[in-house]
Amino acid sequence: MTEQKDRELYHWLRLIREFEDRVSHLDKQGKLMGGVYSGKGQEAVTVGFCHDLRWDDWIFPLHRDLGAYLVKGADPKRLMAQIFGKRDGFAKGKDSYLHGGDLSNGIFGATSCLGATLPVAAGMAYKFKMRKEDRVAVAFFGEGASSRGDVHEAMNFAGVHKLPVVFVCENNFYAYSTPNELQFGVDNVADRAAGYGFKGEIVSGNDLHAVLKASKKAIDRARKGEGPTLVECKTYRYHGHSEHDRADYREEEEVITWESRDPIQLWEVYLQRKKYDFAAIQAETTEKVKRIVEEALAFAEASPAPEGPEAMEDLYAMPIDTEAV
Amino acid sequence: MLVTYIEAIRQAMDEEMARDKNVMLLGEDVGILGGAFKASQGLQEKHGSDRVVDTPISESLIIGAGVGLAVQGMRPILEMQFIDFISCGFDQIVNSAATLRYRHGGQTACPIVIRGPSGGGVHGGLYHSQNPEAWFFHVPGLKIVAPATAYDAKGLMKSAIRDDDPVLYFEHKFLYRRIKEEIPQEEFLVPIGKAALRKEGRDLTVITYSSPVHAVVKAARDMASEVDIEVIDLRTLLPIDWGTIKASVRKTGKVLIVHEARLTGGIGGEIAARIGQECFEDLDGPVMRLAARDTHTPFAPAMEEYVLPNQDKITEAIRKLAAY
Repeated sequence: MTEQKDRELYHWLRLIREFEDRVSHLDKQGKLMGGVYSGKGQEAVTVGFCHDLRWDDWIFPLHRDLGAYLVKGADPKRLMAQIFGKRDGFAKGKDSYLHGGDLSNGIFGATSCLGATLPVAAGMAYKFKMRKEDRVAVAFFGEGASSRGDVHEAMNFAGVHKLPVVFVCENNFYAYSTPNELQFGVDNVADRAAGYGFKGEIVSGNDLHAVLKASKKAIDRARKGEGPTLVECKTYRYHGHSEHDRADYREEEEVITWESRDPIQLWEVYLQRKKYDFAAIQAETTEKVKRIVEEALAFAEASPAPEGPEAMEDLYAMPIDTEAV
Repeated sequence: MLVTYIEAIRQAMDEEMARDKNVMLLGEDVGILGGAFKASQGLQEKHGSDRVVDTPISESLIIGAGVGLAVQGMRPILEMQFIDFISCGFDQIVNSAATLRYRHGGQTACPIVIRGPSGGGVHGGLYHSQNPEAWFFHVPGLKIVAPATAYDAKGLMKSAIRDDDPVLYFEHKFLYRRIKEEIPQEEFLVPIGKAALRKEGRDLTVITYSSPVHAVVKAARDMASEVDIEVIDLRTLLPIDWGTIKASVRKTGKVLIVHEARLTGGIGGEIAARIGQECFEDLDGPVMRLAARDTHTPFAPAMEEYVLPNQDKITEAIRKLAAY
């Protein structure tokens, strides 16, 4: 990889961390309403899978994948406005956090029924295949969502038609509080791929090199018409399920162990090994990501809040007035 | 040309697929078999297996995939082999499709049609007789149609396919081959949101839709010497054509609502409430409802007959209301 790409990847890792830390901080200050689902600790997964995608590929992020929005091209300002429930957010205030996708950049907004985006991704991939477009759909889901029927139905259909879709399981070991051993009877979610007739792979989700390698393989396979892949990324979220969750169902030792495999620190070690001018890169990156987040925050705070009657907009293509005759 | 109700549906899908290459059909056994009721017979041969897709038995996938296709500009028709199975795709309808435009702040349309055979009277039993429209009547972002004639079946299907919102199209399997009707050779559409006046009258209004329209019209004709009945066929349930309803209530002052879906929580309740609130001064009697009894639709003939509305029950209800 070139130095430029190494630096770019570092920029995304750091921007996501900075953005999410700021959002968590705003939440603690009581400046945000609604749920905040930090993906801190899982940055390498979204960077690894989104960085090399094309603009016209599509991603289906889960509720914790704020990083995927950023890397796929969402404007940080609008993303922050989305989190604030402002009119400039993708949902124009109709829902918060990651429930409003940025369709112009190929980012689909999830519902709260986890795994429900996978059938949508499969349908979209069907269109790519039918129309012989060499585009790819990347659908993220948690290991908890893997228990839902939608995930099975989507993978089964994708297997039947060898669709250009990549299923990315972010296994962070807890679905809210429920551990892997109460979630599934197999050792790995990826083991299930065999049941759908395609490949399953397991990677260390904190190691950006490993994620990039797996994502390249899976995305190339999809783009060449060789069908889906299920990639299970073993990773860890530092925070609770949401900011109000203290996550005391986990042993502190476990958290510390995972923090010692921090994806950003691992990448910094790599940059240092490459004999780049790391001190300069780090200083420059820090300055840049802080500025982007500051600007995003200023934009979001200045963005107008929607008025009550806007609740009736965007329901139908042509407004239907059910209350007046 | 003389067509059955189901042939009208088939023709509409066929013509729309020929007109617009973005229209496609997904469902269980819709391709090779041509549908369990033959509603899509010949469509796969004509339009190709990539556009007429035999899916696995996965209702949630069918609807979810339809949403993904719709975001890409396709206009998928999604068949539930029996409408009773729509519950397996419930989340994709109410949380995924119905909110798609809303949660994306208007960035996208959701042009999908979800269709399938509903209704009883054919000894179909618990899972082949249901009328689930009320489950969806409560969901903003959806449209619901329920045609009673071959003409409307064709015209509403074409309008549903061309509509940019998710449309639930409830066809009635009792009507599939029992009604045959002349429809124009040339193209026509039936607009979503417009009721049809099936019979004009001055004494009493019956509001109904789908299969019971036929029993109501027959009852109204048979009772012509007793009472002058106006019959409204709603055709579209969401959004309801309140203008037509109110104009009729102002004229007759008496309203009976008839539907085959069960009484409690049915669409008739909403119609009655609204008439009560907005047409109170025009009413000469209570707004009455006749619907299926509050139980499941049972298999054995005597029980099914007992549960569902029929012409005798309609006649009796009309007499009761007319007496006010």
